[in-house]
Amino acid sequence: MTGTPGKVGLVFVSHSVKIAEGLVDLARQMAATTTLVPAGGTDDGGIGTSFTKVIEAITAADSGAGVAILCDLGSAILTAETARDFLGHEVRSRVHIVDAPLVEGGVAAAVTAETGGDLPAVVRAAHSARALAEEAGAVAAAAGTAITRTVILRNKDGLHARPAAEFVTLASSFDSEVTVNGKDAKSLLGIMSLGLNCGAAVKLSSSGAEAEAAVTALVRLIESGFDESGS
Amino acid sequence: MGLGVGWAEAWIRHGADVIAEHRLELIILDRDIGDGDHGENMDRGFQAVLLELDGLPPEANPGDVFKLVATTLISTVGGAAGPLYGTAFLKGALAVAGASTLDGAALVALLTAARDGIVLRGKAESGDKTMVDAWTPAVDAAAAAAAGGADERAILLAAACAAEAGAVATEPLVARKGRASYLGERSAGYRDPGAQSSALLLRAAADAAARG
Repeated sequence: MTGTPGKVGLVFVSHSVKIAEGLVDLARQMAATTTLVPAGGTDDGGIGTSFTKVIEAITAADSGAGVAILCDLGSAILTAETARDFLGHEVRSRVHIVDAPLVEGGVAAAVTAETGGDLPAVVRAAHSARALAEEAGAVAAAAGTAITRTVILRNKDGLHARPAAEFVTLASSFDSEVTVNGKDAKSLLGIMSLGLNCGAAVKLSSSGAEAEAAVTALVRLIESGFDESGS
Repeated sequence: MGLGVGWAEAWIRHGADVIAEHRLELIILDRDIGDGDHGENMDRGFQAVLLELDGLPPEANPGDVFKLVATTLISTVGGAAGPLYGTAFLKGALAVAGASTLDGAALVALLTAARDGIVLRGKAESGDKTMVDAWTPAVDAAAAAAAGGADERAILLAAACAAEAGAVATEPLVARKGRASYLGERSAGYRDPGAQSSALLLRAAADAAARG
């Protein structure tokens, strides 16, 4: 096993060497210490996918905390599934192929892995990119029964990257719908797309069984300044 | 009597030659409704298989041949055909594992497992304009021939003929799986390249049995 200890590793499978490597560069900006492994192109670098490259990438990304694989078109998924089938049972159980948009899902997954999210959290983050693509990101909180509170962002970076990932991870732990200024609080890219900076007003709404607890915990997190220096 | 490792190896060697001969035809079919790499990918994969077959141990059985084909295709084809044919040969190999000769029932089991492997991997159904549209008629025809008491050669011949008819029958279909599905209605009017390569390989199996 290699990969960054304790962190979920990511594998990007693309028909193109450049797409896979470019995505690693892009995601690296927000995930400096997470193991991100490109598996693009055929063995000789042509357009296509390579079983061998995928197998090697999974091995390189696996620290024991799990591997999430994101793929582009058709045969990338088939190759990744075939590769997964060839792994030993123990490794296979912690390798997940995520059905999500490669770029958006890859970035969301990388940020969540960077903040220490476990495999289900990383997979959820990648899925949230798909939900955003389908414009399911905006969830209207049920009127009347909703708990709503407004807080001011006090940390320097606002709700971007690491703080956003922490926020989404916490929001996802509650069995309630939660929205931030009308966007699904469990969608990393949805939250980041709000562009909420230091000083911005954040309106949290929640409905459902754990609405009160969810809003209270999220307000506390925002008010803590996400442990950023200079907040 | 049954078909042994001689037949299995002859099938694959003949199949590699047939794929090489039809390389351009498969490229053109795939260029019409796909990404144009099917002929090249299949030829590269089967040429790699030929090299691997030279190292086959003398005590190998048909299942060993198919397993070697599977692992080689998976790691060399580069397109969707690699995992799909790879899984087909792998599941086929498991279905006949250990047997030194294959009788009619074993051939039906081989073809059925191969088809099921393709369905498992590609999640396509009959009528989606894929390889499945060649394989399922072939499996049905082989099973019917075996039930009617046909010998191994006749079973493979029935499978080959049904696969060819199945490939032709993909022409009017609208693709629902694979790269061609992006074309929607415009995919109608072209034969599916994967169904065509499947028909070529099943014909090679029948020819190898007839020669042996």
